[in-house]
Amino acid sequence: MLDDFMTRAALGGIGTALAAAPLGCFVVWRRMAYFGDATAHAAILGVALSLALAMPIFAGALVIALVMATSVTLLSGRGYAMDTLLGVMAHSALAFGLVAVSFLEGIQLDLMAYLFGDILSVSRGDLGVIWSGAALVVGLVAWRWSALLTATLNPDLARAAGIDPRREELVLTLALAVVVAVAIKVVGVLLITAMLIIPAATARPFARTPEAMAVIAAGIGMAAAWGGLLVSYRLDTPTGPTIVAVVASLFALATLGGRLLRAS
Amino acid sequence: MSRRLVSTRGLTVRYGDSTVLSDVDFHIDRGEIVTIVGPNGSGKSTLLRALIGGLAPASGRIERAEGLTIGYVPQKLVLDPTLPMTVARFLSLPRRVASRAARDALDQAGVPGLERRQMAALSGGQFQRVLLARALLEEPDLLILDEATAGLDQPGAAAFYRRIEQVRRDTGCAVLMVSHDLHVVMAASDRVVCLNGHVCCEGAPQAVAAAPDYRALFGEGTRGALALYRHHHDHDHDHAPAHEAS
Repeated sequence: MLDDFMTRAALGGIGTALAAAPLGCFVVWRRMAYFGDATAHAAILGVALSLALAMPIFAGALVIALVMATSVTLLSGRGYAMDTLLGVMAHSALAFGLVAVSFLEGIQLDLMAYLFGDILSVSRGDLGVIWSGAALVVGLVAWRWSALLTATLNPDLARAAGIDPRREELVLTLALAVVVAVAIKVVGVLLITAMLIIPAATARPFARTPEAMAVIAAGIGMAAAWGGLLVSYRLDTPTGPTIVAVVASLFALATLGGRLLRAS
Repeated sequence: MSRRLVSTRGLTVRYGDSTVLSDVDFHIDRGEIVTIVGPNGSGKSTLLRALIGGLAPASGRIERAEGLTIGYVPQKLVLDPTLPMTVARFLSLPRRVASRAARDALDQAGVPGLERRQMAALSGGQFQRVLLARALLEEPDLLILDEATAGLDQPGAAAFYRRIEQVRRDTGCAVLMVSHDLHVVMAASDRVVCLNGHVCCEGAPQAVAAAPDYRALFGEGTRGALALYRHHHDHDHDHAPAHEAS
């Protein structure tokens, strides 16, 4: 079954969406969208590093994404607004990454594959990495769910209940870095944030509790990955961007539908 | 467990270069109602956050009774509109509670039957009482309220404080609050601590209201009650530390 490239692509896309969507809910609730961008953009530097050192792409991307996420967390609240800090870090990481890639002589590199993903070339090994990463992220978020949610509502509320909000922030940072590393192959560094945020935002009008929102977001993300793959096959369009286009269309429909529902 | 729940000795807290609290000795015992008053920037919320463990002291000690459970009602809780949250779900944070316990807590806080409502759809008064209900579900030894009535009108605030007194009678928990509603709060308190970067004075409500240090802070005439609403802290105060930051 895994011999068919379409099957592998579908499994890769679904695995990524499964990990990204519940985490994406926290990214939305905590207004960390730009943080996700910065981490994802830094990953291109990780790709360059991996190629230079002949390491697996996943490992290099994970390490650099972690370094980026942690340094942003540590630097925040020290003179610059988070917004400014992330603006500086996100784009300089991308720029340095692209410059670094250009130094890699003798390595045939399809930069587009890392910027926008290359889901159709997902191998069995990639699938193993994607699903292990997804299991890790889903497990981590599920395990820390209540503490994460409390810390998201109010850090002092969490502290009074014996929860360290900084530790929970670290959990999110770690999970975000894993999702970025996993998603590079599927949607590429420029579109990872879309897979985090858009399913969560689409799920919002249909959810009454945080848990429901995470589950609905995961469903929407997986449906969009599957649908996007089919559309891109039919229309011969680039797959990563097509998946994001599908989930964006779902968002538009849901928002419009929600409005009409309330108006009637 | 000993009578003393939390105490500080020589507590000093700094934000960067500015000292917000200096050399504060404070304590609260089981079953006591203590109110902290003080002008804006006097370090009231900072003291609460230090007691909770959210701020590391620059010097001094904070001692908590072993196994102390704290119920905390924050000054305001901003719910991001993207976060769906029913009252029942909120009450189960961070620990799951049985629906029966949740119902009792809502009754006790004076807002029965709200379980299925969205938090975002509650009125200001209902919201604060749901926060109180959640804090009560922790079965706290110490209930901490940081200007919990900030968004309420005077009848609403008065009703809220009556509820707090009721809760203390029912559960025997100690209550520590920061408040601006002096005329309502002071009468209900066993002890009032007047803070201005350091402890200005403390004691029974009537004693504090008459104390020279207190009147220097809050003005003459009204026995300190309503003056705080318009307080701009423009007086000289011998040993006042820098308290621009809070």
